[in-house]
Amino acid sequence: MDFAIDVRNISKSYGDVVALGNVDLQVRSGSVMGLLGPNGAGKTTLVRILTTLLRPSSGSATVLGYDVVRHARHLRSVIGLAGQSAAVDDLLTGRENIQMAGRLYHMPRKQVQKRAQELLEQFDLVDAADRSVKGYSGGMRRRLDLAASLVANPPMIFLDEPTTGLDPRSRLDLWEVIRNLVSEGTTVLLTTQYLEEADQLADEITVIDIGKVIAQGTAADLKHQAGSEFIVITVREAEEAKRAAAVLEKFADNDECEINEEDRTASIMVQDGASIMVQVVRSLDAEGIVVANMAVRQPTLDDVFLALTGRTAEEAATESEPTEN
Amino acid sequence: MNLPTAANGWRPDPPTPSTPFREAVGSIAYEFRWVITDTWMLAWRMLTHYRRNPEMLMSSVASPIMFLLLFNYVFGGAIGGSSQIVYLDYLVPGVLIQNTIFTVMQSGVGLADDLQKGVIDRYRSLPMARSAVMSGRILAATIVAFITVYITLAFALAIGMRFHGGFWPAFLLPFVVALFSFAFAWFSAAVGVTVRDVQTASSATFFVAIPLTFLSSTFVPIETMPGWLQVVAEVNPITHVVNLCRNLAQGGPLATYAWPTAIWIAVLVFGVGSLATWRFRRIE
Amino acid sequence: MIRPAQIQDRSPVGEFFSAIAVEARWIISDTFIMTWRNLLRYRRSPELLLFSTLSPIMFIFLFNYVFGGAIPTGDLNYIDFLMPGILVQTTLFSATTSGVGLAEDLQKGMVDRYRSLPMARSAVLGGRVSAETIVSLFVACLMLAVGYILGMRLHGGFWPGFALPFMVAGFAFGFSWVSALVGASVRNPESAGSMMFFVVFPLTFLSSAFVPIESMPGWLQPFTKINPITNAVDLGRSLSQGGPIVEDAVITALWTLGMTFVIGSVAVWRYRKV
Repeated sequence: MDFAIDVRNISKSYGDVVALGNVDLQVRSGSVMGLLGPNGAGKTTLVRILTTLLRPSSGSATVLGYDVVRHARHLRSVIGLAGQSAAVDDLLTGRENIQMAGRLYHMPRKQVQKRAQELLEQFDLVDAADRSVKGYSGGMRRRLDLAASLVANPPMIFLDEPTTGLDPRSRLDLWEVIRNLVSEGTTVLLTTQYLEEADQLADEITVIDIGKVIAQGTAADLKHQAGSEFIVITVREAEEAKRAAAVLEKFADNDECEINEEDRTASIMVQDGASIMVQVVRSLDAEGIVVANMAVRQPTLDDVFLALTGRTAEEAATESEPTEN
Repeated sequence: MNLPTAANGWRPDPPTPSTPFREAVGSIAYEFRWVITDTWMLAWRMLTHYRRNPEMLMSSVASPIMFLLLFNYVFGGAIGGSSQIVYLDYLVPGVLIQNTIFTVMQSGVGLADDLQKGVIDRYRSLPMARSAVMSGRILAATIVAFITVYITLAFALAIGMRFHGGFWPAFLLPFVVALFSFAFAWFSAAVGVTVRDVQTASSATFFVAIPLTFLSSTFVPIETMPGWLQVVAEVNPITHVVNLCRNLAQGGPLATYAWPTAIWIAVLVFGVGSLATWRFRRIE
Repeated sequence: MIRPAQIQDRSPVGEFFSAIAVEARWIISDTFIMTWRNLLRYRRSPELLLFSTLSPIMFIFLFNYVFGGAIPTGDLNYIDFLMPGILVQTTLFSATTSGVGLAEDLQKGMVDRYRSLPMARSAVLGGRVSAETIVSLFVACLMLAVGYILGMRLHGGFWPGFALPFMVAGFAFGFSWVSALVGASVRNPESAGSMMFFVVFPLTFLSSAFVPIESMPGWLQPFTKINPITNAVDLGRSLSQGGPIVEDAVITALWTLGMTFVIGSVAVWRYRKV
């Protein structure tokens, strides 16, 4: 019973369209679950069911012991939701936005004021606290949105694509904020389209595609399925690629080396790219092969998807998108 | 069952051992317990918008003043030429009601905007009384309409309008207008919740509010309209409300119009209001 | 479409005139393209057309039946009196969409794309204005048909009656440039919209459009008499009901030309400076 989230066989359909089909999901208290999938895979539908915004068509789910349908109103006071739409009010100030959320959690006024100040400091929004949100940057809005959803110190928080559309700098900032949250013992369910994000933040990852769970496990598990990391060597001359491949093969997990003569590259799959790279470079040097470029490439969502479903995430997204006009 | 407790010691209500019936009763009790606090919070949000964006208030105030000037000076000579009563005195209650309708219709458009943009998701994930999202907008619109009534009356007095019905009826007038605007806002909310699209909501507003106010005794006496139109204008609830306001300001029988007005207000608040609330709660 | 650069040796004077000739040719064809683009908006979103036709029809009904009985208009039936006025008012309101649309384009950065193309700068404005004029002409004809059903008759003969919608659309064309200037100056669709509303609304009501000027208070009458909208409405009334045409026609033509060339040039100039 130490599951913060316990989803049993949940389905949701709109008429004939199945948004979620028989999903099972367990999240341990105090852990971070990453829900990974392309656009339209059903991530948001699942989050909306768990935050009581949608009723499931069948199946049952509990969050922190509360049933999402029968105990919906109790459940709402112990969860926080920060969405991709950044539901902050443009004409209110940052402080007012947080305070309003606190008052709507029915916290006492004094406590709300104290908590708002704490959150503004924690989220580095003190300077902008009393300006209206209209002038905030994209990153500031997301931070404010997150701060407002944390006002009641909920033990469970849902983050629906918290960094989609943010620049790399703001994304790193937001990651830091989320990590601090986790270290305080909050359970987090996070949806994302980026494997890297799930890798950075999540203890466990669930991959969803077309409303179904297709894989579950730690980031390492998934990467293993997708083929770990890649070492990619680019040489000066096309003929040298073959010689390089002969050297590289010895280091590869599966003793295979892929050669691309057009790009003059040779690549291998390895477990721990960074440490092997040193040996690779030494061996190539010993053979007198001139290297133009070398890189360790992390597997992407595409690699995971390709390994799990045989199609890329981009293809999956275009397939599941509703046809327009 | 060990309940989750927030880090700051704040503890939510425990889930009741539930039968569906007890849960439903619990939900309704919860709604009643919090609806006033939460409505006020959201009304405060809307009123803050008005404070930060003075143009919004300006346009609510500028339009009745423009209508007063326009109808009094442009149409006043032609329309009022034959009647006993000074046209300005006739006109003011009509403009008050007409403007109140336009002001509160904005709450439906705003609600559609909330629904369209997904702002509502945030509110719906909070442990607040759900109907407060709607009633907050309605309360704010009513307050703005109430303030506008006083400004419009002050302006009307400045350009020559006079009360002839005594102090207490005149004192009562703004409250009757505010009560009606509160009731009419529920209709607007029902439109907003039904169409859920800002563009459609504002055209619907336009095509409902204009004929409703014009096909009544708002601007011209009903007797000057063609016979078939008089029938329409007689049953138009706006006619009753405007006539009641007019008699409050200028004297005349009150009960004749007070009853239909009270009935319409009750229908709007309880009938249309429940419909809007029901539709709102069903939104997914 | 390829527009080859023309590099030839000519005298400076010849160069000047040939530049004007080339420019003029492209202004016309670019304007044509932009007009088409703006008209497509109406075809793509029929609600827009529905709104711009339904609301004037509603106002004809309301004014005729609600105010018709209360407003004495001498020898004329109120519908005969009303139609020219409401035609002018409606087309002027529809002309304000040029400015609002332009402000919207400017805000969205759509205009930046046009400006990066080798097209005539004035065509963006010209296209908007022309499209709105075509819509105005359509709406005017539709309103006349509705007016006819409600009992309006053309007592001034066929040709003046035929000229009425064109005259109204022409005046609106002139006014579109004012609205384009507002749009190019404020660059915010909401502000442009409300600004135009607070200009057009009083201007049309403080004219002979809805009630005879004689019934207005004495201090208001001098203003309504110099209001160009009064001239346009009176001209429309003479065209449809018979009466002296020349004086109002000259004044209306002067205003239309003035707005087109003077205000229009300022609008294009402001737009180029954006």
